[in-house]
Amino acid sequence: MTHSDSDVVLAVENLQTHLYTKRGLVRAVDGVSFDLRSGETLGIVGESGSGKSMTALSLVRLIPRPAARIVGGSVRLDGEEILEKSEAEMRAIRGEQIAMILQDPQSSLNPVFTVGDQIAETFQLQGKQPRGRMRERAIAALREVQVADPENRVSNFPHEMSGGMKQRVVGAIAVARRPRVLIADEPTTSLDVTIQAQYLRLLRSIQQQTGTSIIFITHDFGIVAKMCDRVAVMYAGRIVEYGPVHSIFATPSHPYTQALIASVPSPDTKVERLESIEGQPPVPWDLPKGCRFAPRCPFVMDRCRADYPPMFATQSAGDGDAEAEHAAACRLLEGES
Amino acid sequence: MNAQPLIEARRLSKHFDVGRGAPTGKKKVVKAVDGVDFAIRRGTTLALVGESGCGKTTTARLLLRLETPTAGSVYLDGADIHDLPRGERAEFRRRVQAVFQDPWASLNPRMRVRDLVAEPLVANNRLSRSAVTDRVAEVLTGVGLTPDHMRNFPHEFSGGQRQRIAIASALISQPRVLILDEPVSALDVSIRSQIMNLLKDIQQRLSVTYLLVAHDLGTTRYMADRTAVMYLGRIVEIGDTDTVFEGPAHPYTQALFSAALPARPATESREIVLDGEVPSPLNPPSGCPFHTRCPVKIGRRCEEETPKLQPVPGPGGTHLAACHLMDDMEGQRG
Ligand SMILES: Nc1ncnc2c1ncn2[C@@H]1O[C@H](COP(=O)(O)OP(=O)(O)OP(=O)(O)O)[C@@H](O)[C@H]1O
Ligand SMILES: Nc1ncnc2c1ncn2[C@@H]1O[C@H](COP(=O)(O)OP(=O)(O)OP(=O)(O)O)[C@@H](O)[C@H]1O
Ligand SMILES: [Mg+2]
Ligand SMILES: [Mg+2]
Repeated sequence: MTHSDSDVVLAVENLQTHLYTKRGLVRAVDGVSFDLRSGETLGIVGESGSGKSMTALSLVRLIPRPAARIVGGSVRLDGEEILEKSEAEMRAIRGEQIAMILQDPQSSLNPVFTVGDQIAETFQLQGKQPRGRMRERAIAALREVQVADPENRVSNFPHEMSGGMKQRVVGAIAVARRPRVLIADEPTTSLDVTIQAQYLRLLRSIQQQTGTSIIFITHDFGIVAKMCDRVAVMYAGRIVEYGPVHSIFATPSHPYTQALIASVPSPDTKVERLESIEGQPPVPWDLPKGCRFAPRCPFVMDRCRADYPPMFATQSAGDGDAEAEHAAACRLLEGES
Repeated sequence: MNAQPLIEARRLSKHFDVGRGAPTGKKKVVKAVDGVDFAIRRGTTLALVGESGCGKTTTARLLLRLETPTAGSVYLDGADIHDLPRGERAEFRRRVQAVFQDPWASLNPRMRVRDLVAEPLVANNRLSRSAVTDRVAEVLTGVGLTPDHMRNFPHEFSGGQRQRIAIASALISQPRVLILDEPVSALDVSIRSQIMNLLKDIQQRLSVTYLLVAHDLGTTRYMADRTAVMYLGRIVEIGDTDTVFEGPAHPYTQALFSAALPARPATESREIVLDGEVPSPLNPPSGCPFHTRCPVKIGRRCEEETPKLQPVPGPGGTHLAACHLMDDMEGQRG
């Protein structure tokens, strides 16, 4: 497969979102750039506080107000700048083009309405329709996400459902309108392993039917390995490495990515001792001047502390072939390619 | 190694009354733990794995004497822990300590680290204040913190550091058993391996016995000598960790392991995806609790007769599974 620019659905360039907190200015998203291509699944992986949710919320302009502000960069959906749209235009985009599954399913379902009414509400955006027709569409949407007994479940309130079922309802609402882009923010963290497997299989089959592009946010490299075509690794508000999933796992190039992959124990093999990264991520209101991983990095050099390293192509990156683009923000790669 | 187990659970059950059902008025009972048998040898780790609500935490709480069994017993060094003379209960609390999932919730925010860590000693205070402080300094150093941290409050620490404080506190009374209920699942990925390695080092140094509750199979494989898989309050499979992971015998264990996320991208997927949800523990299926979702159900027998744990054919010591298929295999062999 070759990619031309027309395959790019969402182009994010140098996105910067700042938070103004009591402790000081937090550069939650600090110059993030990536492309999302048609029909692909892009993983954004990183630990707590690295800016994954803030990046996602910025893309649909749902960042917490007034604490947060998008202070720079560009987000283009099919070539159109989203950051310049009016609030009304944004609402339409969120309904039709970019759907989001929020990190916490409880908070995205309203406890006083039935799940059927809440699914129907997404269709209302397309104009008023008779009540019976709405109910039918809601049942069909529930069936699509494999909720058993949808005819009865459609009249349930959220508290009458298990966590796994609620998660699927949130999924049903998100995909009901066949969005171009689906942003899923840790949609499976509270799910059990076997229920998670069901849910992931479902997302993939919906993607196959609709060609939706997915941004999958997670802290779990296992999900990335299973679901994603490409992955971006975030650390302290920045993308430190991106590339095709196979290439990232085979030759992780940023010391943070390397350590992260090596520190996750596998159920498939017995290891005597896990690698572990010493120290902790920096506090967000007091970031180091140069590379943010430098204080924990076993390979740190003087120039790493001087200024933030740019992205360097890795050796495994093929020239010109967009699919093989693999790059990392690390000076160890400088001069290598 | 000592052959005599340090801890043994025999036919252990905990049923909760949860009021009466609306239509019938019949008493409702949740069989959170239902006739569980296991033993843990001194200085080794047994992991309990299984999905939400299968009874892992309730089993852990029974071992801590935080719950009283409905039936069955737990023995520590041969003594029934739910039948201890009053005078031995304080000693039990010092000998069996716990570390829980949430380092944010489990530490009193108003107490300084010194007093938090010293708490299990204070209950039975024969030591002078300065001797306690010395001991706190010692255990803090043992978990990778420094004595300087003693004057700080919990909110001044990261999640991983708080979990270290909780572990230090659990260790101060020189326990023989640590009950670890999801000790790393609330922590960041890059911090988890630090804490897992710390727990392994402590076990090697002090020969402490662990009961580990985990739902992450990678963590289990890394930490546990033996693994017990639970489903709806019962152990459906138990054996040496490597044996169970390399040759899971129960269809539920097979499905659970195949659904686990891979450590790297797989070329081919051999996933067994189960349909349906875990049945409600209020209304568990008859016969084998897994028969409603089992992909290899062999017939009426699974619906009617509850299978007992029995040896899995093959090498690998004591490897048991509760599945009627084991009978068939026995039959085929002999
Ligand atoms: N409402 C808010 N007010 C102030 N600061 C916030 C708020 N939400 C997030 N932050 C800060 O912004 C930074 C990025 O947070 P974000 O939620 O994007 O992280 P994340 O990568 O999604 O983490 P997690 O894996 O825990 O969900 C963090 O430093 C966080 O503390
Ligand atoms: N005090 C209680 N009263 C009534 N039911 C209870 C009580 N404690 C636990 N249960 C029920 O017992 C069952 C087992 O719960 P338990 O907390 O032991 O599960 P678990 O395996 O630890 O699950 P998780 O992985 O979600 O922590 C569940 O159905 C739970 O709702
Ligand atoms: Mg988040
Ligand atoms: Mg539990």
